[in-house]
Amino acid sequence: MVHADLKEYIGKLPSSIIQELEETCPASKMKKVAKLVHEEFENSRISPGEAVGLISAESIGEPGTQMTLNTFHFAGVAEMSVTKGLPRIIEILDARKTISTPTMEIYLHAPYNKGKDIREIAMRIKETNMESVAKDFAINVVDLKMETTLDAEKLEKLELNSKKVQKILEKALAKEANVELNGDKLEISLKGKEKDLNQLYKLKEAIKDVYVCGIKGIKQVLPVRRKEDYIIITAGSNLKKVFELDFVDSSRSTSNDIHEIKKILGIEAARQAIIDELLQVVETQGLNVDVRHLMLVADTMCISGDIKGITRYGVVSEKASVLARASFETPIKHLIEASVIGEIDYLNSVVENVMLNQPVPLGTGMVKLVSKK
Amino acid sequence: MTEKKFEITQHRLVPKHSVLSEKEVTTLLKNYSLKDLPKMHLTDPIIETLKAKEGDIIRIERNSLTAGKSVFYRRVIANA
Repeated sequence: MVHADLKEYIGKLPSSIIQELEETCPASKMKKVAKLVHEEFENSRISPGEAVGLISAESIGEPGTQMTLNTFHFAGVAEMSVTKGLPRIIEILDARKTISTPTMEIYLHAPYNKGKDIREIAMRIKETNMESVAKDFAINVVDLKMETTLDAEKLEKLELNSKKVQKILEKALAKEANVELNGDKLEISLKGKEKDLNQLYKLKEAIKDVYVCGIKGIKQVLPVRRKEDYIIITAGSNLKKVFELDFVDSSRSTSNDIHEIKKILGIEAARQAIIDELLQVVETQGLNVDVRHLMLVADTMCISGDIKGITRYGVVSEKASVLARASFETPIKHLIEASVIGEIDYLNSVVENVMLNQPVPLGTGMVKLVSKK
Repeated sequence: MTEKKFEITQHRLVPKHSVLSEKEVTTLLKNYSLKDLPKMHLTDPIIETLKAKEGDIIRIERNSLTAGKSVFYRRVIANA
């Protein structure tokens, strides 16, 4: 319940300020304080016509010069590298389709979030192929056959058995080979009339890459402790499949691939993810950039319903003015294309007016004289 | 490994979305004297949960780091 003296400020002040007043201000002085806070709030609002984009660009660009330029690694046995610092910032702002180190943070439901069977669960998430479940591959040169011994211990951990593996292999190699189960071993023989040793060697390499279980795209898993919870950090990302697993807390698990988030969770989630990712980089670098700048960038990137990078193919290509586009990158291309289709420049924005030595629609340049008829 | 149905509205990153009624749309456009709004595609996964159609305006209540809650609007467009 909001204090009576605060009610008139609902809608005038942001909800976080109202909440703070509610919690910290003594009720007797509420009216006076609220009035002063409101005054102060109005004074600190940015004035209409202020070049906010320019300020954001400077505020992100300057600390950007101080960021580390290299990739570094997690300490520990299972090392995993993650792009950080300036390269990561560039990657996010350019809205790259394929990022250099996709990772996920997978949160788990109880009791697994307290560390129960965390290794087993991590192994189940990881993409497993034949190479890692097979102990060895033996080629019988005389009969042109191949024998594989499976690692029973590993299979058990992955909730598999040799029968299942045989089925998987049979399906994957339906055209090329027959797979038969012989005790603990799998016997693989070539199909077709003409058989030679070369083919068999090729088959051996192909078999090693056959997908057995786990989630496709997850190349590495690393269980770590984050505050109270045990979570799994992965190399490689596949949100859709991870969300379908019953032991995963799909309300908290995320990826660092913005395009994937957009595809699975929508544009608004992608916007929030851009802010989170940028903020994380800025904070780990020990820099101080106001979130408002990052929010402005994220909003601009997501305004069209798609994620547009801050590049000549992204947000810049959306600009209405030919001259503004030409002044950014590849000027000749833009000018030629505009002249071919007869594009009109209405000179509504800043850059084109600077070029033509006219007042720019910013600050005091934005207001026009209106006369009463 | 058993599978489960995943609700995207439950996710931490997804803010609350709702479709505006016709009356709300007119007052919104009048109050802010807007000609156009930011957009979202009809194929956006959240549209399925809202049963929205092309031309609808979606109200989004974001959890803002600065303002606590902030309201944002998007118009649904067909895919380009």
